[in-house]
Parts: sequence; C-alpha cells; structure tokens
Amino acid sequence: MPDVTYALNRLHSAPVLELKGKLTFDQAPGLWTAVSASLAGVTRAERLDFDVSQLEEVDGGSMALLVASRADLHRRGASSEFIGANAQVQKVIHLYRGDVKVGALRKRRARGVLDQIGNATMAILQEGQQVFGFFGQALFAALKLVVNPRSANWGEVAPTMEKTGADAVPIVLLINFLVGLVMAFQGAVQLKQFGANIYVADLVGLSITRELGPLMTAIIVCGRSGAAFAAEIGSMKVSEEIDALRTMGIGPMRFLVLPRTLALVLVLPMLTLLGDAVGILGGLVVGVLTLDLTITGYLQESFKAIELWDIFSGVIKSVLFALVIALIACQQGLSTTGGAEGVGRRTTSSVVSILFGLILVDACFTVFFHWVGA
Amino acid sequence: MSRLIKVSGLTLGWDETVLLQDASFEVERGSVFVILGGSGCGKSTLLRYLIGLDQPMSGTIAIEGVSGEQLGFSRPEFGVMFQSGALLGSMTVGANLALQLTEWTQLPAEAVNVIVRAKLRLVGLQDAEDKLPSELSGGMKKRAAIARAMVLEPSLLFLDEPSAGLDPVSSFELDALIRSLNQALGLTVVMVSHELESIFSIADSCIMLDKASKSIIARGAPRTLRDSSADPRVSAFFNRRAVAPPVAPPLPLEVKP
Repeated sequence: MPDVTYALNRLHSAPVLELKGKLTFDQAPGLWTAVSASLAGVTRAERLDFDVSQLEEVDGGSMALLVASRADLHRRGASSEFIGANAQVQKVIHLYRGDVKVGALRKRRARGVLDQIGNATMAILQEGQQVFGFFGQALFAALKLVVNPRSANWGEVAPTMEKTGADAVPIVLLINFLVGLVMAFQGAVQLKQFGANIYVADLVGLSITRELGPLMTAIIVCGRSGAAFAAEIGSMKVSEEIDALRTMGIGPMRFLVLPRTLALVLVLPMLTLLGDAVGILGGLVVGVLTLDLTITGYLQESFKAIELWDIFSGVIKSVLFALVIALIACQQGLSTTGGAEGVGRRTTSSVVSILFGLILVDACFTVFFHWVGA
Repeated sequence: MSRLIKVSGLTLGWDETVLLQDASFEVERGSVFVILGGSGCGKSTLLRYLIGLDQPMSGTIAIEGVSGEQLGFSRPEFGVMFQSGALLGSMTVGANLALQLTEWTQLPAEAVNVIVRAKLRLVGLQDAEDKLPSELSGGMKKRAAIARAMVLEPSLLFLDEPSAGLDPVSSFELDALIRSLNQALGLTVVMVSHELESIFSIADSCIMLDKASKSIIARGAPRTLRDSSADPRVSAFFNRRAVAPPVAPPLPLEVKP
C-alpha cells in the first residue's frame, strides 16, 4: 500500500490533480512522472489545480517538484494553484514559494565572442599593468633602502637565506650531480666512437658552468622557494595580514619582498657554484668508471677547458635568475584573491611564470654572450 | 563634540558593480560610530575605503589630520582591527605588537617590551605574549588585534566586526573593553557590526546601509532608530524580523461540485 496516491480528477469544472496521504522524497520519482504526464495535456488558458486537502504530510523535495510543475503551467499560459492545504502543508508550500505569483524565467544571455575576447584582452593588459607597477614599486623601495638602510627588514634576510639556501643544498647537489652524470654518459657514447674520451671533461665542464648548473639550480630553487614565497605571501594576502601591515604603515614591499629578494640574490650564486662543482664530479665518476680516464687526467682536462669567465658568466646569470624568481613569486603572491583556491592558482601561476622567465633570461644571456664573443 | 571624519558623496564599487552610491556622513570625535546593515551590503568594503586600502569611484573621505593616501609609507595615525584579527602568523603575539613600536619609534627594546606587556594586560592577554596567533582562540585573537591597533596610541580605531563569531560571554567582554577604551582614553571608534546586542550596548550613533537601494537608509542613535524609525527595513533589522511576514495564510479550499 503506497503512502501517497495521486489521480487526475476531471469531474470538476476544471481538472484537479488529487494528492492523498503522506508524500515523501522516496516517492518523488513516481510523483514527477505522474505529474508530468498529467500536465502534458493541459493547454493554454486551461486550469489544473493541485488538490492537497487530503495530503497529510509533504517533504521539501517533493514540494519543490510540485511548485516547479505549477510554475511550468503558469509559464505556458495555463493556471494552477494548491488548494485545500492543511496548516502544515501550507507552511511547506509557502516555504517553497508555491503561493506566490510566478515570474518570467530570466534568460541568460550568452556572452558574445567579441565580448569574451575583449574581456580576456583587458585582463591581460591589467595583469601587465600590475606586473610593471609591481616592478616599479620594487625599484622605488630598493632605492629608498639604499638611502635609508635602517628601514629594511634585515632580520628576515638570514632566516630566508637559510630556508632558501642551506636547506636546498642536498637537493641541489643531488640534481646537479645526476645532470653531470647523465651528460657524461650521453657524451661518452658519441665521443668513444672517435677515441675522444677525454673530451667528455670539456663537454661536461663547459655545459655545466655556462648553462646547466645555473639553470638547473634556478629551476630547483623556483620549485622550492618560488612556490613557497607565492603561497606564503598569498596566504597572508587572503587572511588580511598584508592589509594589516599597510595600515600599520609598513609597506609589504620593504617588509616582505625586498628581504626575500635580497636573500635569494645572495644565496643562488652560492648554490650555483656548488651545483657546478658536483656536476663536474658527476662527469668525473662516469669518465673514471666507464671511459678508463684517470681522476688527475679528467680534472686537468676540465681546468684546461673551463675559463674563469665561464664560471663567472654562470654566476651573473644566477643573480638575474634570483631576481626573476623572487620578484615574480612575490608579485603573484601579492596579487592573490579568492581564498585558498586563489592561493593555489597563484602558486601554480608563479611557478609557470618563473620557469618561462628563467628560460627567457637564459636565452637572452646566451645570445648576448655570443654576440659580445664572451 | 567636534567632527573627526567627514564623508561626502562617496560611491564605492569596482568595474560595473556599485555597492554604495552617493553616501555622506560624519563621525564625531570621541564617539563610538557603527556601520551596520545586512550581509553583503558593503559594510566591510566601506571600512576598507575609510582606512585608505581602496580608492573610491567618486566622493571624498576627510579624516582630520589623518591621511590614508600614504598608507604603508608613513606612521599610521589610526589603528585597525580586521575581522580575522590579521595577526602576522609567523610572529608571536608580543612580536606582532612590538613591530610598529620598533618601526616607528626610537624606544629601546626594554621600553618596547614594557609597552607590549601593558597593552596585552589591558586586553587581558598578559600570558599570551610568547604564543603564536595559531595558539589563540577567536576571541583572544581579536583582543590581541585590538591591542596591536592601539600600540601607537592612535586617537581613532577602526574595528571590523569585532564580535562576529564569538560566544556571548567573549562578545560581552569585548564590547566592555571597547567601551572602556572609548571612555577612558577618549578614543573615537568606527566599527562595522550587525550584532544587535553589541550595537545597543556600545554605539553612540550609527548608519545603516541597504544592499537593494545601495544607499544609507538610516542614521542616528540605534535605540532611537529601533523605537521610532518609520522605514520597515530599519524596523525589521532592529526588531529581528523579516520585512515580509514569514508564512502566508492558507488558500481557501475549492468546493467540489
């Protein structure tokens, strides 16, 4: 025996859908099918009421379906009301707005292609404006720091150097060692064919010091510290800490951005030099174990191939890389909006932007050094 | 009392969204002034403009002797307590308070510590100096944030929903603290709130914002507005009831032939 019965009664002057018993959500699928079938035949200017006088109980979900059916009838030009509701059922009808005038459905206007292109273009321009504004502010804050060194947040520099530098040493050593190792293996296969085993030292030494050492180290620091800067500052932004700093007269630029930038500029060249050393060591291991080279012979060939400028050019790059990592990460962090999701979005965006920035700067340097013959 | 803040023709919003249009009001020196209204009407946004974090679309905000334009570059003339407290999470409560003192005064470290402890004692957090903000309860965070806002002895305090999310006892204690600071130190307090008990117990005057009309729909003493406002929206807000009746009478039963 079902808890509820519904029947279309056509004995009245207008048809009435009679609902009897207790209507619960379990019966909603059957109700929806029956009501939809009853409604299908109702034409414009006709009337179909819901007689709920014998309905003892109704839950919210079922009422929502009934109210939607009533609204559908009204929008089709027919009319429909709930009739005979007891006090309890009437409360549910009112709660689901089944006793108010049915309004027209708001049509959602699809956004045009030009509209979307325009909005996207404006967003890119605004982002660009923000980035340039940020770099301008950073430069201004740095100049103020030179004029008034006391205004800097020096206390933050050493802990940041430890977090971004000392803590990153193991992973920097491991990755650069493996890069040197892999490069030597790949080179050895080719060079062995010509009996030029010893030139593995030249290949590894020059590639690591001029290119791969600085770049790989910067990529590791981007993943560790760049993402951390963006997430940390982004979290501070969404929890109003940045606003609080500003209202305390403490600009986030000199309190947060400059100490992080300075710490990274000091630390990344040192990490790069360590990376260079272990990268060459990786090549040496392959040279000694697979190419029958001696340690002394490998090192002598390396020293002959690598000039001081090769190492120095890598260090110059690493300073620029540090600026790219710190400034982009902090800019992304300070642009964060929208809670935890916004922090995640900006952190991802910062890593992608930094990687692009690193490759771009590296390419510019390579072309420039080639151009000046260095 | 003299006027401390004068807001004229203020329009707030961003892009094509306008939150508040052509709003004007004044805040008397030494008073507790409350900005109230329903959720989403722009109370906290208005506060952000008052403290200079955002620039209005049009209109002026004049705070006597105080400028928000140089925010982040000069010694602040007012204190701000944000809704979440916004204590710097990486620093202890004591360090949060000491930050502005070391930044903007020449006080030696010992004197800074004395002031920090005195401010913490004032808000009943004398034992929390070495704790991190994450170790504090919601009410304690708010009290610590008030202590931080007062550390440079401002004459004007902005408070964003100080009682929101607090239990009745903590809320009552916080209201009592705000009132005593106002009375003892002559602080002007501009506060955003929709907590009626809090508003009735501490506010001298208020303005009420309305989301639908994007305007100020009432101004005056809260009790006066509650008892005599003819505007149904104001009356409904102060008397905790909906503008429309909650349940309509049942429809008449149709008689079957």
